[in-house]
Amino acid sequence: MSDVQIITGNQAAAMAARLCNVQVVAAYPITPQSQLSEILSQYVESGILRAEYVRVESEHSAMTVCISASTVGARVFTATSANGLLYMHEQLHWAAGSRLPIVMCVVNRGVGAPWSIFNDQQDSLSQRDTGWIQIHCRDNQEIIDNVIQAYRIAEQVYAPVMVCYDGFVLSHTMMPVHIPGANLVRSFLPPYKPHTILSPENPKNINPVLLPNPRMSAEGILCDGYMEMRYKLQKAMEDSREVIMKTSREFADAFGRDNGGMLWEYRTDDAEVILSAMGSVAAEAMAAVDQLRAEGIVAGVVGIRVFRPFPKEDVARAFRKAKAIILFEKSISYGYEGGLSSDLKAAFYRTDIHAPIHDYIVGIGGRDVKARELVEAVKSSVEAIRTGTPEKHTSWLNCITE
Amino acid sequence: MPENLFKMNAKEYILPGSRSCQGCGLSLAYRFALKALRENTIVTLPASCLCVLHGLYPNTSVNIPCLNCTFASTAASASGIVAGLNALNKTDTTVVAFAGDGGSFDMGIQSLSGAAERGTDFIYVSYDNEGYMNTGTQRSSATPMGALTTTTPVLTKQQHKKDFLKIMEAHDLPYAATTSPSYPIDLYEKFVKAKRIKGTRFIHIHVPCPPGWSYPTKDTVRIGRLAVETGIVVLFEVENGKLRFTGRSRTLAEKGNKLPIITYIERQGRFKKMSIEQLSQFQKWVDSRWNEFLRRAAN
Amino acid sequence: MKSQDKSVSAMADPSVGEAGKTGDWRDMRPVIDYGKCIPSVKNRPACYLCWLYCPEGVVKAGIRVEIDLTYCKGCGVCAEECPSKAISMVREEKGHE
Repeated sequence: MSDVQIITGNQAAAMAARLCNVQVVAAYPITPQSQLSEILSQYVESGILRAEYVRVESEHSAMTVCISASTVGARVFTATSANGLLYMHEQLHWAAGSRLPIVMCVVNRGVGAPWSIFNDQQDSLSQRDTGWIQIHCRDNQEIIDNVIQAYRIAEQVYAPVMVCYDGFVLSHTMMPVHIPGANLVRSFLPPYKPHTILSPENPKNINPVLLPNPRMSAEGILCDGYMEMRYKLQKAMEDSREVIMKTSREFADAFGRDNGGMLWEYRTDDAEVILSAMGSVAAEAMAAVDQLRAEGIVAGVVGIRVFRPFPKEDVARAFRKAKAIILFEKSISYGYEGGLSSDLKAAFYRTDIHAPIHDYIVGIGGRDVKARELVEAVKSSVEAIRTGTPEKHTSWLNCITE
Repeated sequence: MPENLFKMNAKEYILPGSRSCQGCGLSLAYRFALKALRENTIVTLPASCLCVLHGLYPNTSVNIPCLNCTFASTAASASGIVAGLNALNKTDTTVVAFAGDGGSFDMGIQSLSGAAERGTDFIYVSYDNEGYMNTGTQRSSATPMGALTTTTPVLTKQQHKKDFLKIMEAHDLPYAATTSPSYPIDLYEKFVKAKRIKGTRFIHIHVPCPPGWSYPTKDTVRIGRLAVETGIVVLFEVENGKLRFTGRSRTLAEKGNKLPIITYIERQGRFKKMSIEQLSQFQKWVDSRWNEFLRRAAN
Repeated sequence: MKSQDKSVSAMADPSVGEAGKTGDWRDMRPVIDYGKCIPSVKNRPACYLCWLYCPEGVVKAGIRVEIDLTYCKGCGVCAEECPSKAISMVREEKGHE
């Protein structure tokens, strides 16, 4: 009996949360995430998933409920998009600073103003600095797989993880997905052991005010100042790369699928031109690479699976032979360039990688991105490089810019 | 020994040497609230005076488990503790949110309304020092008309105090009450009662604040008492929609001899710019509210 | 320098004197006249309004009422509320301990 079902991205995410036996769900509906919250409430109310479902009155409260429920030791789940993610921004910082293993799905959507309900990745880009691990999904299979891995990573590192997938493109599109067996998932995820103690047996005051400098406790231990406590978050993020890689290998062993560690590569062995992106557009880039090769351009794809912590060693290795690097980004740090572009260039600092990097801003507010358009963009960049035309800082693909 | 006289729990849960101001009304109120709630309690609180009372890392003055949260999110933080404990089958601990007037009725109102509407099984305590006192006495919706604050420094607050009770009553609560640290036994008994009830219980504490209200620290209990004697603060409880006066307010309701508000107003520097017109409006507001309480209690 | 703080996140432990010896905050100190203090006069538990109204909980309500001067902030509420006027607030001498 096949374990494959044809399901949407939202269904895949809901199934993953169910398989992971989450204990508290707090979510607020927002397009294109709404079906995910609905399916979860269906599971809970029909008894398929034994969990507390808190029908919060806002996304800020959704993340707050996750924070305090995780603090007492429950495995928690939430999901949101766009302005919902922005609304809970304060709480993302709080969750990371609290060092809680919260897993959240971000169904990527463009942010207002003006309104868009359609896909881009500005929402998750704008949370880059909060201290959350950020994983991007290529397709619906990766949604289920990444959410399962996310709990294993989060509960070891003690840092929250967001699993991002493109709104409508994945959330509402049906694809064949292998559904992992419940017992296998249960054995892959040991029970959550909180480091936080919020219990009458051992009264503590969690996350009070910390002063700039270390301070003596009543027992005579020099305890952290705010800066040390925050350094610990950075260290945890840096050390999480090993955990992420190991989890990916262990998942491949247990479930038979390898979705990449920090990044994945497609036809890069001999590639001269490397395309790179995050999320579903990276899958589109794979189709573009096949077309490009048919037209004589030796191209490959480096898909960025984990955006934070940024895979700086991995990209230095993956891009080292590229003669041209073409990025396709569904977000931008306004006033500068795409986030991936800046982060890649910083990672290449002090390496031998000096290939031109062309940064295309694509698909903003749900504008469709076709493989053919990526092919044309690559060809135009390759031509520009060949003729010595100075690269534009960013190019907005298929957009009226004059 | 005093615990026998006053019929209350002897244990102190606030350790000496806390960071609260001299004569802090909140400190007095919290002392009795915790005595009533006892050990099997988890508190959650936002950035606020109480957060400071709890102290700076790595030490805390309070011997009760406490989770700090952001200013807007106290009731949601409590909702998450309740949900987490339920999921883990640890359902006998009392979860108590403790936020100030700002954290309840300004920035905190959304999460409070949400948690109450869902019938979350917790006690929500709003301690009302009538301003954003932790950040230096800025005006809140709880500031009374005519009061000087650092954001109403010349013209005084123009609006009447927001009616918290009416807002909370719209949520169908099993229990709501107002208390004052000037009447510690009334406060203690209400917390003991609330602890036994299921559902969202709301307790408002009127908390005098010496630096914020500009009166000598020694007068904290007196000021709180005058607030009740003038009918500005009404000690009452509402159980399943039925309102009842308690303590000193009950006596005042029976005898009809509440004091004119000037006896309360004149002792506080924050009212020194109050106009005659504002004083008159304030007295009318107090009288009208008092009469409404009398009507409700009579039914 | 190696961190002594092994905690993953910030969790503070209860201790006396979190804000230091708050008795240092005082400029006035409560002094009890045991000739007027009701429990002392009656030689049995009685009154204890000072214990009741102390915001800091530093009044020890024995037959002889004692105030913990290490932590008493000198607010004066006890003196104000004492029904027999047994407590006076006395100015601290310069450089008191």
